[in-house]
Amino acid sequence: MTAYVLRRLWQMVPILLAVALLIFVIFSVVPGTFASATAADGRNVVDAQVLERMNREFGLNDPVHVRFGKYVAQLATFDLGISLRSREPVTVVLGQRLWPTLQLTLAAMLLALALGVPLGFVAALKSGGWVDSLSMVFAISGLSVPLFWLGLMLMYLFALVLGWLPSFGYGDPSHLVLPALALCVFPMALLARTTRAVVLEILHADFVRTARAKGMSEMRVVRWHLVRNAMVIVLTMAGLQFGSVIGQAVVIEKLFAWPGLGSLLVDSVSTRDIPVVQGCILCIVIFFLFSNLLVDVLSARIDPRIKYT
Amino acid sequence: MRLTRANLVLGAFLIGAVVIGGVLAPWLAHTDPVMDANLMNAETAPGREFWFGTDGQGRDVYSRVLYGARTSLTVGIVSQLINSVIGVTLGVSSGYWGGWWDDWVSGLTNMMLAIPSLIFALAIMAILSPGITSLLIALGLTNWSYSCRISRAATLSLKGQGFVQAAKMLGYGDVRIMLTQILPNILGPIIVIGTLGMGGAVLAEAALSFLGLGIRPPAPSWGSMLSNAREQITTAPWVAIFPGLAIFFTVLGLNLLGDGLRDLLDPQSKARV
Amino acid sequence: MKPGGIALLEVEDLCLSVTAGGKSCDAVADLSFAIERGQIFGLVGESGCGKSITALALMGLLRRPLAWRSGKIRFKGQEIQALGPEAMRHLRGKHISMVFQEPMTALNPLATVGRQIAEMFVLHEGMGWHEAEKAAVRALAKVRVAAPDQRVKDYPHQLSGGMRQRVVIAIALACKPELLLADEPTTALDVTVQAEILELIHDLCAAQGTAVLLISHDLGVIAQSCERVAVMYAGRIVEEAGAQEVFQRPRHHYTRGLISSLPLLGARAINAANGRTKLQEIRGMVPAVTDFPAGCSFHPRCGMATQACIDRAPGLTRLEGGASVRCHHHA
Repeated sequence: MTAYVLRRLWQMVPILLAVALLIFVIFSVVPGTFASATAADGRNVVDAQVLERMNREFGLNDPVHVRFGKYVAQLATFDLGISLRSREPVTVVLGQRLWPTLQLTLAAMLLALALGVPLGFVAALKSGGWVDSLSMVFAISGLSVPLFWLGLMLMYLFALVLGWLPSFGYGDPSHLVLPALALCVFPMALLARTTRAVVLEILHADFVRTARAKGMSEMRVVRWHLVRNAMVIVLTMAGLQFGSVIGQAVVIEKLFAWPGLGSLLVDSVSTRDIPVVQGCILCIVIFFLFSNLLVDVLSARIDPRIKYT
Repeated sequence: MRLTRANLVLGAFLIGAVVIGGVLAPWLAHTDPVMDANLMNAETAPGREFWFGTDGQGRDVYSRVLYGARTSLTVGIVSQLINSVIGVTLGVSSGYWGGWWDDWVSGLTNMMLAIPSLIFALAIMAILSPGITSLLIALGLTNWSYSCRISRAATLSLKGQGFVQAAKMLGYGDVRIMLTQILPNILGPIIVIGTLGMGGAVLAEAALSFLGLGIRPPAPSWGSMLSNAREQITTAPWVAIFPGLAIFFTVLGLNLLGDGLRDLLDPQSKARV
Repeated sequence: MKPGGIALLEVEDLCLSVTAGGKSCDAVADLSFAIERGQIFGLVGESGCGKSITALALMGLLRRPLAWRSGKIRFKGQEIQALGPEAMRHLRGKHISMVFQEPMTALNPLATVGRQIAEMFVLHEGMGWHEAEKAAVRALAKVRVAAPDQRVKDYPHQLSGGMRQRVVIAIALACKPELLLADEPTTALDVTVQAEILELIHDLCAAQGTAVLLISHDLGVIAQSCERVAVMYAGRIVEEAGAQEVFQRPRHHYTRGLISSLPLLGARAINAANGRTKLQEIRGMVPAVTDFPAGCSFHPRCGMATQACIDRAPGLTRLEGGASVRCHHHA
């Protein structure tokens, strides 16, 4: 298993390099550089000399391959460059924003798992009944709601009208509630549907028939035979969902003024702070790759048929 | 069976309503969605004159919602079309030919799947000037991985089947086999993925426009209508409610339609979710 | 039926229906047979004749679209066809057990083999898990698995088909049930393994006094192990007699067709001398459940069919020696 994990970690490197290259290439095509973007904002009136100096200082005039070469060399030493905006090392800037994003996405995924999976189970076990229909209507609605609109409505109801929770910001746990709630709806709906489908399929499997033939009560059949078998697939789906949740967190972070990687990404995109953009994206990709690895390792623990040699 | 039919009917109904709203917008709308902005009417509550109320610039929300349908549907359909074309082409060819081409495409797909699609689209929108064409490019280029994977898997399993072998023996060229033998058999799942993907595209457009990176106001897109809604939420909540509801019903319709189509066209789907 | 005794299992006029698209028809009808204690009873017939459904009905494991329609099932004198699910559950595993056809998928892939056997002891004999696992090792030894204390820790995917079937048998016989339903227990196995498994079932059941309902489409399997045989066709029993009698003096034309379609191994000359130059077959196909012919359901394929066969479905004729046959023109 250790050998497998190490191999997977090693395989992440080319993917990360490829992503870094891709992002780099995309932003090299940008017609406006950071300096002119700052100037174009209208906030700073910058004359040509200052512009030229900024370009030289940040090496923005060097040919593309030179810049990329420098970048890769820096990556090897875990140096992500300097933020064009704040002059701080990108690693520092990212470091400040990492934990809030982790908090938000983990809270949302945990909620999604805790609420969605049992819902899917119940819907499958009582298939055809009103519980099933109601939960599936809820699930498909959850998949159709625009994320920030949901966030906005939640904010409107709970913060502005009822005043129970703060409407934006970061600090104590009460600030986490609304953003996490909004973010968890989509993965929860998806997990509920997946779980239901998987459980229904397993309920008709041969080994479940054997279990019933043994004289087991339906509840025991579920507990001793159904749950573990379903969890393998559900876990894989949850892992995949994590990636999409990280993406959607961008919207929630912006809406609730949550100081995480997502809002940092959006801000640095509009100011063309390329090093920070690259750093954010790389960070997010690393998150996702790690969560995939975690899911694979967990699956191997649960399912003895999976052999990672 | 009953559920499939209910899904299809309800989904088709919702989408039909949206399509009619969009297509007939010039006749159904009450005002010009962009030009008729009377600040004196700003932030009027829904009533007899303005069915959905007015926004901060005094524009009729109802008319803007109708015109917004055009944008959202266009984005949904076209971007999904691009996705499907890219995904199917890459998937079928890599599954059929294998070898270095397959390795290359799989590597590319793995890389694509490592980046959350919204973030990728965000990055691309950042370098293109905002607007519908850029949006179509961004969404079209970032969401093809899933249909690629599915096409590839289906091609791999179809490749060894009798009718494909028979076509080979008849001397059919590779491309002809892919087009006439393999493609028709994967059409079902691809249509399902496409329909569900359209819903995703509409949601993505809304998210990107909200972040200021999609369609910018005053163009009447549902997403852009929501981008200012946050500030007005206390004074004029209807500005946010109606476009949001429009998005919700459109995506719901697409999801229902996709579900129904899946039961109809692809009942053995392992991807049943 | 033994005089003066109650049979272990009595099935009387059992009727099972299948519903599709709002319409229902009888998958099994007028089914009557009895199994004595310790007896090995064979149920033979082609695929689709209703044998497996009958076994499921005996276990109370029928699910939509199948359902019990009418008739009685008596186990140890008690009627069980309409028992509630709880009561039926108490019978399953402890008094009536079942072995299914597919050993490859019959076991939970995520639990060790030992644990799945131990479940029986925990469920029915109130043992603790530790004790039950030890009993599982003994159960594996009984089904002639080598190194049972090692195998107990294996997962199903690590075992061959034959081994898995042994495990399934160990599970079924763990709590010494009075009746074992074996639905095509050897069909999915290699021929050499088949013989071992059949012998195993035979020996264990003889030792424990367990009666067996052996279901198969393979006449060889039935002939090898059974004391009494019933032949099923299109949901009905068409002939029933002692095993020897059925194979040496078949009375129903379907049975005759089945037996004579068995390829005779031997020199070509001998076969030619008997007038056999080609494999014999029963012309036609087994009818679908929805399309059972009127009258005698076998008449379209029978060489002896007359108008009477088309007009009236034959009833069960009892013959001397306890045999019975359902035919207007039986031999």
